[in-house]
Amino acid sequence: MKPVNFDYARPLDVDGALALLADETALVKVVAGSQSLGPMLNLRLVQPDLLVDITGVEELRSFEESGDKLTLGACITHADIEDGRLPDVTHGALPSVASGIAYRAVRNRGTVGGSLTHADPSADWVSMLAALGATVTLRGPEGARHLPVEEYMLGALEADLRPGELLVSVTVPKLGSGASWGYYKSCRKTGEFAHAIGAMLIDPERGICRAVIGATETRPLVIADAKGLIGDGDPAAFDSKAVTAALTEAGMRDPIERQTHSVALRRAVEGARGR
Amino acid sequence: MSEQGVGASLKRKEDDRYLRGRGQYVGDIRLAGMRDAAFVRSPIAHGKIKSIHVPEEYRDRVFTAADLDADGVKPIVAVSGLAGFKVSEQPVLAFDKVRQVGELIAMCIGESRAEAEDIADAVEVEFEELPAVHDMLEARKPGSALLHEAWGDNIFLETQIDVDIESAFDAPIKITREISTARQCMVPMEGRGTVATWDSRMEQLVLYTGSQMPHIVRTGLSECLGLEQTQLRIVSPDVGGGFGYKGILLPEDICLGWLALRCGYPVRWLEDRREHLTAGANCREHHYSITAYADRDGRLRGIDCEATVDSGAYSSYPFSACLEAAQVASILPGPYDFPAYRCRTYSVATNKCPILPYRGVARTGVCYAMELMLDAVAREAGLEPAEVRMKNLVRPEQMPFNNITHKHFDSGDYPEALRRAMAHIDIEAFRARQRKGEPDGRLLGLGLSVYCEQGAHGTSVYAGWGIPMVPGHEQATARMTPDGGLELRVGVHSHGQSMETTLAQVAHEVLGIPTDKIKLVHGDTEYTPYSTGSWGSRCAVMAGGAVSTACKEIARLAKAVGAHMLQVKPEEVELAQGAVYSQTGRVTLTEIARTWYLRPQDLPKSVDPRGLEVTIGYKPERDTGTFSYAAHLATVAVDPETGDIEILDYVIAEDGGKLINPMVVDGQIYGGLAQGIGTALYEEMRFDGSGQPLASTFADYLLPGPTEVPAPKLDHMETLAPYTEFGVKGIGEGGAIAPPAAIGNAVNDALKGFGAELLHSPMTPRRVLEAIAEAKAAGTATRSDEVVS
Repeated sequence: MKPVNFDYARPLDVDGALALLADETALVKVVAGSQSLGPMLNLRLVQPDLLVDITGVEELRSFEESGDKLTLGACITHADIEDGRLPDVTHGALPSVASGIAYRAVRNRGTVGGSLTHADPSADWVSMLAALGATVTLRGPEGARHLPVEEYMLGALEADLRPGELLVSVTVPKLGSGASWGYYKSCRKTGEFAHAIGAMLIDPERGICRAVIGATETRPLVIADAKGLIGDGDPAAFDSKAVTAALTEAGMRDPIERQTHSVALRRAVEGARGR
Repeated sequence: MSEQGVGASLKRKEDDRYLRGRGQYVGDIRLAGMRDAAFVRSPIAHGKIKSIHVPEEYRDRVFTAADLDADGVKPIVAVSGLAGFKVSEQPVLAFDKVRQVGELIAMCIGESRAEAEDIADAVEVEFEELPAVHDMLEARKPGSALLHEAWGDNIFLETQIDVDIESAFDAPIKITREISTARQCMVPMEGRGTVATWDSRMEQLVLYTGSQMPHIVRTGLSECLGLEQTQLRIVSPDVGGGFGYKGILLPEDICLGWLALRCGYPVRWLEDRREHLTAGANCREHHYSITAYADRDGRLRGIDCEATVDSGAYSSYPFSACLEAAQVASILPGPYDFPAYRCRTYSVATNKCPILPYRGVARTGVCYAMELMLDAVAREAGLEPAEVRMKNLVRPEQMPFNNITHKHFDSGDYPEALRRAMAHIDIEAFRARQRKGEPDGRLLGLGLSVYCEQGAHGTSVYAGWGIPMVPGHEQATARMTPDGGLELRVGVHSHGQSMETTLAQVAHEVLGIPTDKIKLVHGDTEYTPYSTGSWGSRCAVMAGGAVSTACKEIARLAKAVGAHMLQVKPEEVELAQGAVYSQTGRVTLTEIARTWYLRPQDLPKSVDPRGLEVTIGYKPERDTGTFSYAAHLATVAVDPETGDIEILDYVIAEDGGKLINPMVVDGQIYGGLAQGIGTALYEEMRFDGSGQPLASTFADYLLPGPTEVPAPKLDHMETLAPYTEFGVKGIGEGGAIAPPAAIGNAVNDALKGFGAELLHSPMTPRRVLEAIAEAKAAGTATRSDEVVS
């Protein structure tokens, strides 16, 4: 299939992009890496009047390390992260997860902002960046907003993006020196979207013990204080019954699904301990 | 063996253009003034068409069944001569009702495909929905909704074979299972596509379409469009994989042909992946209710089976709707010798795309069912799976062997193939490691499967099927050129078989002409002898035999001319290494060709007027087919917590008789193995209760990629076929037949500690976990969500 006829614009700054997004009479879609939007256009699942390509905006392709955080422009690609083109403040978590996203061809173009905004529950960043406590910065006609990654995602394929708003950056806090993280995903095959994700961050210095279970029907299940479920991070103390109960409470009815997700989290915990 | 002849692993002549991206596929063809077609397709599986509304502005660019009807276009009819086969018509465009999602309703023309799709979007079709028939077992029951109402049921064809089954009933081991394989799509890299144009000089409708069987397409198309066959030319350029799908005459082909006639400008349709997955190319969906009877020592006493194949909505041309199921009955016994057999088969109509013959055709499902049963017998008898197979395989001293369904196994040593496959693995060490358990908690398993594959079966076999196409003599033209080169023309077509290389090797073997001076012309009805085309693992045997026969005739003709030039009698010369020799002299084929074409004054009066060009037909001494065979061995690690399956090792010991080019055969086996792994672990087209296909992209229809296909260990045996040229056996499909069975048995071996058994392909993580959960529930009477370990 081929897309419907649409107009295309490539602004050079954020204000220019926001001006184009402000047109309320037209269906305007933002495109960055086009790794999800491209197929959706071809399948005519999206039929925009105007496509605003934001990859020409220098600000969105840059990053900034300051104090206790790293800020990534929305158009930083998975490959930028995988290849170490920006400083690592996560003890290897970001490059490691980036290197496992889909295939290299996708990573070359796919962006972190695009992935979060597309809000596919099976994608890696919606789970891992939630585990790392990252936030997004949105700019729009009403000014800027800052949201935790897990709140930015409202549900499957739905982000908290108001009319005229654009995700401009993602801010990742630096991990403490004793922090460890774990990430495990279960995929049918290399490069496929996951059908279960577990992500874990244990950062004693900052008093954080956060677990995330992703690749569910909706947004990831974030367990902000996971001490009760996983003890001190010792896999032997992993309480699979409690995790399963939490998943049931979150609406996961299928026992096989609960098992797979519980296993994914336990393996993430095992991975965190190993680092 | 010469460096270029039969048996040489010659690098492929085709690769220069393929590997540089210079192949020419249908999608590369651009004709002046060409427009694109898109189709309005049925969004529902079953319903009556109440109205079709075409917006006024598009009236001249949208065509429906009424337009075809006005021109007398006929539906596709593919009848089988088997007794009881119910006839149906596949409409080119639906008019009264639709019977599958994706069925064609209208065709739309645009300056681009995008514009054609815009127009298709604007066409409104009103339906009265009917209950969808989506489950073949339900469809067999009385009271089911009907696809073809006049039949009174949904059964294209029912067959039965019964050989003394009652004699097996007292066997001490009796095991019954329900085994099934998922519906799949064929997914060649290149989808279907057609460019159609009217050539007013030749007064011909020319269709460029990637086809395995261009001559059969021409015959079918001429019947539907009412054209003389001389008014039709089918050009099949480079073909990016076919696997059976490109043997079929599609309604789209007829539409494009009609559009070119009607509109007067070239039109093009290129199938997209969504069309491919949801509207065509379906295959493989089998169900077996099967009982094995055996003695305690593992010897099979009998097999009793009821097999159902989901044939989809229509009987497709030329193989018909019953080829798959009816074949099941005749090939289920596989390479085994046992005394009692019964098999009843049903070809069932459902509201899905027609089922089409996919690489291996019925054999993949049959092998899966039979081999899973043999392992079940082994577990019941407490024997190694290999031991059970050794007890039942046809033995080499029985060859040639007529099996229980009268298949004539031509030659081979089946037990030796199994021994050789197993020799690649230290079985005892593997069993020890399996018992000990893996440090990561994964469970190991080892699985075997053995099959034999009838290939290149000819007139005597297909006359019995009575389908629109029966292969006879395979013809080839061989023609020397004035510069000493050789042109070969064959009616089969390569969709990846490397025939430009292998048939040149055959010609080289006979004539000694260097392969780079041998050109194969194929894929064009205008330039090649009639042929049923490339299917049934037949090209190496049939086209290879035809080329060899034609080249031998060229050799005779050249020797006569050469003898005259050497001033000796024809019986006093030999042809070797591209030259004719006598005791006293030598004259090259190039000199002979130059003499025939350019210096006829030097020829004797008695010279054979055929010159250096012949067209000749070939059939093996017996046309009941060659029987290549193989033993596959897989070892796997199964993660009982996630259900993930990793293939650790894969071994194939096969016998394709004489291999014309072993490297090409290896390539065929790799490709087949990849497809077999797809069947085993990934590929599945699911449908919901309304008959909607649930995968329309590769995000949902999973295929194995490079990381999912291990490098197999290949071992070739070369038992010459007794009836064919060079002793060649057809082997093109074999790689895709055995993997689901070998991998399935390996998975079941891994899970045997749980008492779990998987009987449905693909063996997905979910199915693994469900099988474990069910076995646990059966064992402990409590079902738990607890993690397994």
